[in-house]
Amino acid sequence: MDPQVLRKDFPIFEAHPELVFLDSAASSQKPRAVLEALTRFYATRYANVHRGGYALSEAATEAYEDARKTLARFLGARDPREVVFVRNATEGVNLLAHALGGRVDPGDTILVTEMEHHANLVPWQQLAAHTGAQLKAVPVTEEGRLDLEAFDRLLAEGPKIVAFSHMSNVLGTVNPVAELAKKARAAGAVVVVDGAQAAPHLPLNVAELGADFYVTSGHKMLGPTGASALWGRLELWQELPPFLTGGGMIEEVTLEESRFAEPPARFEAGTPPFAEAVALAEAARYLENAGREAVFAHDQALVRRALAKLKEVPGLKLLGPEGPDRGGVVSFYFPGLHAHDLATFLAERGIAVRSGHHCAQPLHRKLGAPATTRASFYLYNTEDDVDRLAEALIEARRFFDAWIA
Amino acid sequence: MGVLEDLYQEALLLRYKSPKRRGTLPDATHTSGGKNPSCGDRVELFLKVNGDRIEAARFTGEGCAVSQASADLLAEAVEGKTIPEALELVRAFKAMVVEGKPPAPALGDLQILAGVAKLPSRVKCATLAWNALESALLGER
Ligand SMILES: Cc1ncc(COP(=O)(O)O)c(C=O)c1O
Repeated sequence: MDPQVLRKDFPIFEAHPELVFLDSAASSQKPRAVLEALTRFYATRYANVHRGGYALSEAATEAYEDARKTLARFLGARDPREVVFVRNATEGVNLLAHALGGRVDPGDTILVTEMEHHANLVPWQQLAAHTGAQLKAVPVTEEGRLDLEAFDRLLAEGPKIVAFSHMSNVLGTVNPVAELAKKARAAGAVVVVDGAQAAPHLPLNVAELGADFYVTSGHKMLGPTGASALWGRLELWQELPPFLTGGGMIEEVTLEESRFAEPPARFEAGTPPFAEAVALAEAARYLENAGREAVFAHDQALVRRALAKLKEVPGLKLLGPEGPDRGGVVSFYFPGLHAHDLATFLAERGIAVRSGHHCAQPLHRKLGAPATTRASFYLYNTEDDVDRLAEALIEARRFFDAWIA
Repeated sequence: MGVLEDLYQEALLLRYKSPKRRGTLPDATHTSGGKNPSCGDRVELFLKVNGDRIEAARFTGEGCAVSQASADLLAEAVEGKTIPEALELVRAFKAMVVEGKPPAPALGDLQILAGVAKLPSRVKCATLAWNALESALLGER
């Protein structure tokens, strides 16, 4: 995998040749193939799915269902019916929190972790509040890993739902999902994995991972905004009630009541983002062609290089673990200098990074850093991008000398 | 590089590290807060208004140099002003940082934030405290 070659597939770098784009954890750039798939679909196959009795609508429906098959393959699902299309990862978690809500009683426990993105925290908080359940969180260690002993202890309390991320969007930590999922299922919990950061970067096989649900975010994995694959075990989907209701998700409706469709349709009320799903399938194929192992190896090589160089910047504090369980994200701060002020400096150097709490306020509070600046890497980033970041941070250290504590 | 040097001057640093009006007012007549939820910047304003005049102003909060220094400068600047004068100052400040107009002389020390106008992503940091001031004075508490 050669990022210099791959970069040519991404029109954004033609429009902005000097851009050092280090914010893929927020949303990735899109290859031409994905953009073309989207416009080609709209231009040649567009009509609403599952509705019309005419050829164009059938062609659109077929393309949508093909996209579902592609995403099933991409995720390692055994059956395409296990893949539900939602708007984004946030909607995926909300869907699950509602659909699983009936299984939660007052006094039950829902277990999350301290490293969760708000998307995998707030919906569970809301569910706990509505049901009278208790929300507990697995602590994060100083190195930025989950405290596995605490996880075991908390599991012993018999949580109904255990929800955790596959990879942290702040620390870059890749959690031992298979181990955690196995234990949690053995303890009788429904296991929800937030794979928003992992699915774009890691080889994946949900059938082997052992979770019950796996949430992804299409726009972070080279796809357009508006379509994401939400995987769940078919037998669970079959038992669960819908989240949104209305057209498209019913079998039969009378004025008094409705019978809901089988999954996945039961969970796709209204006109789904089918054009976006078709383009997302193109993104999945692009990643398969690039090689998912190769993508992750590339991310890891860049993050290792970044950690080595950033450690040399005097006073710079780095978050997250080192080792094979580290993905391509690095968050950092200079004590005494606020993350925004640093990000503005980097932005003036053409380096696009994100600053703030990255939708993980509890984690930042725990780590004693009110805000951090985050660089994240993807298949189109080069060693040169990392070097420019490191050089800019050395300059920032000099520029803000009087500021840094 | 000019934009960065324009903004990150000694004066801003001093304001950020050694604010003059940080704190609360136990006898505040008006309080108001503002937040930028996307980044976590936070400011609370405390005003003691007697009749038409702001006798004292303090702030608390956390966030970047721009949001915190702006709040500190605001608190200092509005002390002793009447409510219409303070609202006039809000207009002058926003004209400088939002619209990029040359700073009105009445802005005094606030002119150290003029550089924000060239950094669109930081305008909301600079205006955080000012929006809070407006809602405090216009009664949206
Ligand atoms: C770990 C994690 N979960 C969930 C999300 C939310 O993703 P989306 O924007 O698709 O809702 C993000 C993205 O910011 C994330 O990093």
